[in-house]
Amino acid sequence: MDPLTAIQWSPYLAGACIGVVLCFAMLLSGKTLGCGAAFTGVAGTIESLFRGRKTVSEKPYFQMFPLKIEWQWMLVLGIIIGAFFSSLLSGTFHISYIPSVFSEQFGDNPALRIITALIGGIFVGLGARWAWGCPSSHGISGIPQLSLASFVAVACMFGVGIGTAFILFSL
Amino acid sequence: MFENLHKNQPVQLVLGLILGICFGFFLQKGGVTSYDVIIDQLLLTDFTVLKLMLSAVIIGMILLNVMKYLGWIEFHTFIGSVGSTVIGGCLFGIGFAILGFCPGTLAAAVGTGQIDALFGGVIGMLIGTGLFAHFFPIINEKFMDRGVFPAETIPQLLGIPTWLVVIVLVILMSGFLIILEYLGL
Repeated sequence: MDPLTAIQWSPYLAGACIGVVLCFAMLLSGKTLGCGAAFTGVAGTIESLFRGRKTVSEKPYFQMFPLKIEWQWMLVLGIIIGAFFSSLLSGTFHISYIPSVFSEQFGDNPALRIITALIGGIFVGLGARWAWGCPSSHGISGIPQLSLASFVAVACMFGVGIGTAFILFSL
Repeated sequence: MFENLHKNQPVQLVLGLILGICFGFFLQKGGVTSYDVIIDQLLLTDFTVLKLMLSAVIIGMILLNVMKYLGWIEFHTFIGSVGSTVIGGCLFGIGFAILGFCPGTLAAAVGTGQIDALFGGVIGMLIGTGLFAHFFPIINEKFMDRGVFPAETIPQLLGIPTWLVVIVLVILMSGFLIILEYLGL
């Protein structure tokens, strides 16, 4: 079967390919595969539309990470495009509002799913910056560099994630 | 190596886009752009996420350490702390289970047409990261320096050579994957 049109690859093969992407990112760009900082930059850019660019750029965070289109913004844009083409080629692209595991547990009201995703997203965004990384930058990129902070961060993310999921899905 | 390439901003933006397209493509082909797959991982009934992550880590760990040994790349490690790494990781974990995505898989999920990922997750993440940027001075002062870790890397913490840590971790992680397959998970 043609790998481009296959619905799913072995997770071992897909994971190994991502490991190679990480190596090219480190070699050609001197960067790791992180996504959280790009969201902060976009959030700051949107805020500056309402409050003025000067006010936002003067915040201490944006003094450390200046507001400009940079590598990681393009990485995140690329992820959206890459996943779009992958799902299009395998014929699985479709507009959906509610995942099946969610609807089995919590009912099929799309508004409830959007609200939970919003609340979850706020925690994910806050936590990803607070810990200076997400499962891509700490997990896939930091552990290969043997970073102690990355091992601890991933243990907390998955440990608390597993605990929270068990509570939510036993309600 | 490639320092001049690293400084070439326009080329870097194109490289970021190309690497992102590859990353998103492999995430989707690996099956981790689905809420169901990620939640089933957190409920310990489907191990696709762990299989994909550990495969990436094993390949990445071997290749990156060889490239570093050859002097081709430099590592980007930094020192963590209880106030930053542990608190941030725990906040993330709560959101991870509620949202069902991490930032990378969330972006990929948007690409596959999941409206809840776009209008719930992405907007939530913009609010969350925006809140962090806004309250960064207070968070930095009150939390980030609490309980700074004793070392930056595992070899420094344990006082053993990097190559030995890499070999032991590759064996442990591969062994874990073999056990998962053996148990039929």
